[in-house]
Amino acid sequence: MSIAILRFPGTNCEFDMVYAFEKLGKQASLVWHQDKELPAGTTLVVIPGGFSYGDYLRSGAIARFSPIMQAVVQYAQQGGFVLGICNGFQILLESGLLPGAMQRNENLHFVSQAQKLEVISNANEFLGHLRVGQIITIPIAHAEGNYFIDQDGLESLKTNDQILLRYYGENPNGSLEGIAGICNKEKTVFGLMPHPERAMETLLGSGDGIAMLQGLCAL
Amino acid sequence: MTAHIIVTLKEGVLDPQGKALHHALHALGFNEVLDARVNKHITLSLTGGDVALERAKVEQMCETLIANTVIENYSIEILP
Repeated sequence: MSIAILRFPGTNCEFDMVYAFEKLGKQASLVWHQDKELPAGTTLVVIPGGFSYGDYLRSGAIARFSPIMQAVVQYAQQGGFVLGICNGFQILLESGLLPGAMQRNENLHFVSQAQKLEVISNANEFLGHLRVGQIITIPIAHAEGNYFIDQDGLESLKTNDQILLRYYGENPNGSLEGIAGICNKEKTVFGLMPHPERAMETLLGSGDGIAMLQGLCAL
Repeated sequence: MTAHIIVTLKEGVLDPQGKALHHALHALGFNEVLDARVNKHITLSLTGGDVALERAKVEQMCETLIANTVIENYSIEILP
């Protein structure tokens, strides 16, 4: 029983992610993008942040066709839990495991800052340790976090309680309705732009990532 | 045989790069610019000789990888 953390050429948050889960007492192993299968007994797949394949064409567009992503899509379709952060979120959107698409930030800036977030839904395994309406602080660092979905898609997200997190205060990237994180209808695939693995030590600014990742440790 | 593919953002999808370009052109005094959109032009060299067949293939390429049809449209021109 362990957590599989994917590595693509250009991934740069995988070691922070291993550290975060080890801090919470969970075994995590790195899985190379050219592997065709996930380790036996995988309870959670994490697609960490970075710049997979240099963000060529569109962020996440090339990574979604890597051998390991075929295994991840199959794993997700069978009800397996998947968490995508930042570039991982972009890959989940490109692969169709989550609805919508990501665009360049509205102001064209790369934003890197501690970001206040509002918890919108906790009726899922991921945010069960947080309260609805709770304001937490988690770092963001991206140039393409401007989430977009058409009107029908947005209604569907709301109807099915799929919006997990919104940016609190000023919208840092122009994301539609300030959406910072969503999940699929089945509440097994989660994607968010903020980096909980960078909020694991209060000494370094915030420990709010602990409550987030804790939910997924119980799987 | 060459395929020229133009990928554009769909109507109603904000184009931050186009907006920045628009503002910059105005700052340079080009006030006749009403709007600017930044598109992608992709050129593919192809081995095939059948235009209809190649067009179908390129369409498949656009649908699977070259364009993200959630936010983008594409047009294809095949030249001998």
